[in-house]
Amino acid sequence: MSKVPSELRYTKTHEWVRKNDDGSLTVGVTEHAQELLGDLVFVDVPESGSSFGKGEDCAVVESVKAASDVYSPVSGEVIEANENLTDSPELINQDAFGDGWVFKIKPADESEFDGLMSADEYSAHVAAEAH
Amino acid sequence: MPFVPHTEEDVRAMLSAIGVDSIEALFDEIPAELRSKGLTEVPQGESEMAVARLLRERAAEDERGLCFAGAGAYEHHIPAAVWEVATRGEYYSAYTPYQAEASQGTLQLLYEYQTMMASLTAMDVSNASLYDGASALAEAILMAVRANRKAKSKRVLIPRTVHPAYRKVAQTIVRHQGIILEELDYDMAGGHIDPASLPTEPGDFVALVIPQPNFFGVIEEVDSLTDWAHQHKALVIAVVNPVSLALLTPPGEWGEIGADIACGDGQSLGVPLASGGPYFGFMCCRQAYVRQMPGRIIGRTTDLDGKEGFALTLQAREQHIRRSKATSNICTNQGLLVTAATIHMALLGPAGLQRVAESCHANTLQLLAKLKAVPGISKVFKRPGFHEAVLQFDLPVGDVLRALSAQGIVGGVALQEDYPELGNALLICATETKTEADLDSYVDNLQRISTRLQAARCPVEPKMA
Repeated sequence: MSKVPSELRYTKTHEWVRKNDDGSLTVGVTEHAQELLGDLVFVDVPESGSSFGKGEDCAVVESVKAASDVYSPVSGEVIEANENLTDSPELINQDAFGDGWVFKIKPADESEFDGLMSADEYSAHVAAEAH
Repeated sequence: MPFVPHTEEDVRAMLSAIGVDSIEALFDEIPAELRSKGLTEVPQGESEMAVARLLRERAAEDERGLCFAGAGAYEHHIPAAVWEVATRGEYYSAYTPYQAEASQGTLQLLYEYQTMMASLTAMDVSNASLYDGASALAEAILMAVRANRKAKSKRVLIPRTVHPAYRKVAQTIVRHQGIILEELDYDMAGGHIDPASLPTEPGDFVALVIPQPNFFGVIEEVDSLTDWAHQHKALVIAVVNPVSLALLTPPGEWGEIGADIACGDGQSLGVPLASGGPYFGFMCCRQAYVRQMPGRIIGRTTDLDGKEGFALTLQAREQHIRRSKATSNICTNQGLLVTAATIHMALLGPAGLQRVAESCHANTLQLLAKLKAVPGISKVFKRPGFHEAVLQFDLPVGDVLRALSAQGIVGGVALQEDYPELGNALLICATETKTEADLDSYVDNLQRISTRLQAARCPVEPKMA
């Protein structure tokens, strides 16, 4: 079982979400997701300033044989994207919960964050998917 | 019947396995009124001998003629070696590499093709071809909408100097995706898009399409147009004639930073005229947009043993991986025609292609000079051109073309339908295939026909005693 930090929130589509001090949320793809994808070759990050609804696809992670969408865990406006991923997509493979973050979003509705899965719920979800 | 692999018995076994009585029953969901009624107009089969004879006779009815028509499909000399080599057994393969890495020869050829096209257009990358020039433009528009993240609207500016058929095809393909194609009118004196006429505040738009040479054969002011579009954060889609690029500035060098996407029809590179096709489309782009490009892209790599090999690359754009989110689910490539084009370009080389282009240009200039002597005919646009020009007649163009056709001459393409404002206008073309005698024959016939039609139209008044 891959690492699932307890201080983060999660989605069924394998994004992790961290609440920052300024109220913004940092979003990335989980360790489990990057293991499934394999070596990443390209990440298409969202444009800063663009708005997305909850569950809307906003980024693409591409590995040697597959490409997957990253879905926005909450509705809101993207305030920053991790431009380092453009040249170094492998950051997600190396440090999915740290340097491999994908974008920061300013949530339109703070309660949406509370509705996200806890680490335990996500671990159970991953275990269920494996069967 | 070697092409129908299932015997009656196979079919019965499969039907009984799924518990259905007949194949017909599998289609009962489709309402009766939507079902095709069968091909009632098709006659009974004939013998091979009878069919071959019938088709030979029909083919003979298509007079070859001395061709002065262009408008997107051009008569060029194709060295005999091109199709001799292209149709060798070694090149027989599926039109697109399905079992890709097992087809190293096909992949290498496509890689060479991409290299040639990227070099000809001065763009970073080329795909392995598209269906034809018109659909390549439609794909380029869809690609620009995906690639231009700065644009908020889906407006694409498309001059009326772009081939009318290309505009219609593009409209058909993009209209259901909320994309608005907005036409830009041309300068009636120059036959081009006058950069001075462009709005200073055009509003948000995704891309500007720039044809070079344009449908009238006229050279557009591509540098100013490109810079204007880029100033307004729009992308530039170049629609170019590949032969002309041997003489003209390639799209990758237009303006300050070059066009973003270049596309067009590759027919003039070794594909014979054939009643509308099959031809092939090409598309090249800037490296930064390659992930938005549709179609197959071949890459060169090294295998485990360090040997050179070729592979399909950036496949995550394509429908077998990205499904509904692929960069295109309607595009194709044209393997056979691209094989011929690659051999054609390899045989001609850059210097040969330049000689072809120069010869086309010189022949057209010579034809226009000779036509000055014919009364009632004038060149419409003042701007310089490549190998086509628009003529205006003081007679109905349809009558002129019919009379030329009776003399075995395909006189050009009438513009009345798409450009009524130009009156009796005819688009003509003289490629390197025309000799001085051919040009004289065209001019002499026009002179004679024009005189005769004029006389018929203005009968001499009987003198009153």
